[in-house]
Amino acid sequence: MVYFDHNATTPLHPEVIKTMQETMMDFGNPSSLHGYGRIARDKVEEARERVASFIGASAEEIIFMGSGSEANNTVLQNMTCNQFHSCLINQTDKKPSVFTSVIEHPCILETAKCLSDRGNQVAFLEVNPDGKVKIDQLKEQIGQETGLVSVMMVNNETGTIQDIKALAQIAHENGALFHTDGIQAVGKMPVDVKELDVDFLSLSGHKIYGPKGIGALYVKKGTTFCPLIRGGHQEKGRRAGTENTLGIIALGKAVEMRALEMEDETKRLTSFRSMMKQGIIDNIPDVKFLGHQDDCVQTTLNASFEGAEGEAILLYLDLEGVAVSTGSACASGSLDPSHVLLAMGLEPEWAHGSIRISMGRETTEQEVEYFIEKLTSTIQRVRRMSTIYQGRN
Amino acid sequence: MNAQAGWIYSEKVKDHFMNPRNVLADEKDFDYDARGETGNVKCGDQMIVFISVDKDNNTISDCKWQTYGCASAIASTSVLSEMVKGMDLDAAFNLSPKDIAMELDGLPDNKVHCSVLGDKALRKAINNYYFKNGMEDKVVEEEAKIICECLEITDHDIEEAVLEGARTFYDLQEMTKISTSCGECRQDATVVMQDYLTKHFDQ
Repeated sequence: MVYFDHNATTPLHPEVIKTMQETMMDFGNPSSLHGYGRIARDKVEEARERVASFIGASAEEIIFMGSGSEANNTVLQNMTCNQFHSCLINQTDKKPSVFTSVIEHPCILETAKCLSDRGNQVAFLEVNPDGKVKIDQLKEQIGQETGLVSVMMVNNETGTIQDIKALAQIAHENGALFHTDGIQAVGKMPVDVKELDVDFLSLSGHKIYGPKGIGALYVKKGTTFCPLIRGGHQEKGRRAGTENTLGIIALGKAVEMRALEMEDETKRLTSFRSMMKQGIIDNIPDVKFLGHQDDCVQTTLNASFEGAEGEAILLYLDLEGVAVSTGSACASGSLDPSHVLLAMGLEPEWAHGSIRISMGRETTEQEVEYFIEKLTSTIQRVRRMSTIYQGRN
Repeated sequence: MNAQAGWIYSEKVKDHFMNPRNVLADEKDFDYDARGETGNVKCGDQMIVFISVDKDNNTISDCKWQTYGCASAIASTSVLSEMVKGMDLDAAFNLSPKDIAMELDGLPDNKVHCSVLGDKALRKAINNYYFKNGMEDKVVEEEAKIICECLEITDHDIEEAVLEGARTFYDLQEMTKISTSCGECRQDATVVMQDYLTKHFDQ
């Protein structure tokens, strides 16, 4: 099996598995004052230190949450509360208006839509054909009413990296807070919240060889904050619910391993990515590579093949033992192909034929070679049947 | 690990997807009597069905096809091309998406719309044959009937919405905006919707 879908989720790191096995018996509630509780508390705080130091934050700025989606929901929902005049927690004179982008993950887009339905002003940044958000649009359209700007650091489908530092600066110059969804960035490239000068950053455990069901939100010290899950003192009252100790400790281990492995891995993946791209160019005609090809994480390659539909490619590859993902509509059960690719101005017929290849820490050169071979035969196979690839095989 | 664990489609779909029958890679390779094309690459599905006809018996002697689409689109066209061989033109004309889905041992609900295109393309091919052979009287055009006069929404739009997952009138309104202007067509639209739910999903 060749697993090239690391942007969807990653296998647990062996060291994370070891840590989880060792920790499973530590059942104490971190809030308890007795010994059982103190053991759990110590381990949770150690993990918090690790996550914080991995992104250049201090421990008190990290809130553990149930997922990256929860972190994203929390920021959007609460920074836009329309009770801001009377609320004791989030005292701000800003109107609850949000600026985000059209290529965000659904957990941002659908929350934004819900906010808009509730009467909040929501605006969307468009993107250039290379997948970069239009920074000038933010400069021109950000207003005094804008309370929060939220733009993802790395896009999950294309791997394109946004200029978060520049975007955060514009937000701050206009008195708005800045959030970045760092779920696809953290662990794939160096991320330093102080250097980027962001107020909020979301991250997720299962994208970085940790378990599912654990995420974290960085909240810059001194930033007004309002919880989404209420009713407990956990996480300093910022996220109620007894801590997922096992998940938190595992996330701590996962970032520790990322810190050790990421640099060498990136070098390796950089060479694999260009090898893969060249292999595709050499063997398969009529292909487009999507997203910015320089400002991108090296794990991800998104390619579209004329006359070949994405779900068919995905399933033929699956039968060859290769796992990839697609921006095709048919795989997701809706009529519209990837909103990200369409926002980049890609014609629907190309968007239907796109494949996202995302490599990871265990990817080998042999796997890349095997993949190129199987992809080549698969595309030929699909095009042979295609209504729009007549006589061109 | 079993890589094929829990494949989303039936074994029969898998078989036709893996070994599609009667693919026509190049139009020049088949001396066909008629062709029918439906769908649109922009929407993610397009099919062309080619037939040759035994003129003495009015039966389909051979059927070949091309498809741009997902696994169930490929499998549906493949199985259709086997089903219609030797079939009387009238019987072939009346094949329904449900017949095709049954032959494939069922399709997931959200994939039923892929099998609709195959029989549409086939009907177009049969009509094309009638036109070319002076049998215009046999042609049955599938004309769309407007249900919602205000917003010009047709029975075909309702069928499309049902295939895309609409199960309640509320779903239908969300997807098509039908009956959101004067509201007079609500009763008619409900009946049409129920017909398509029965036709495609036995609901």
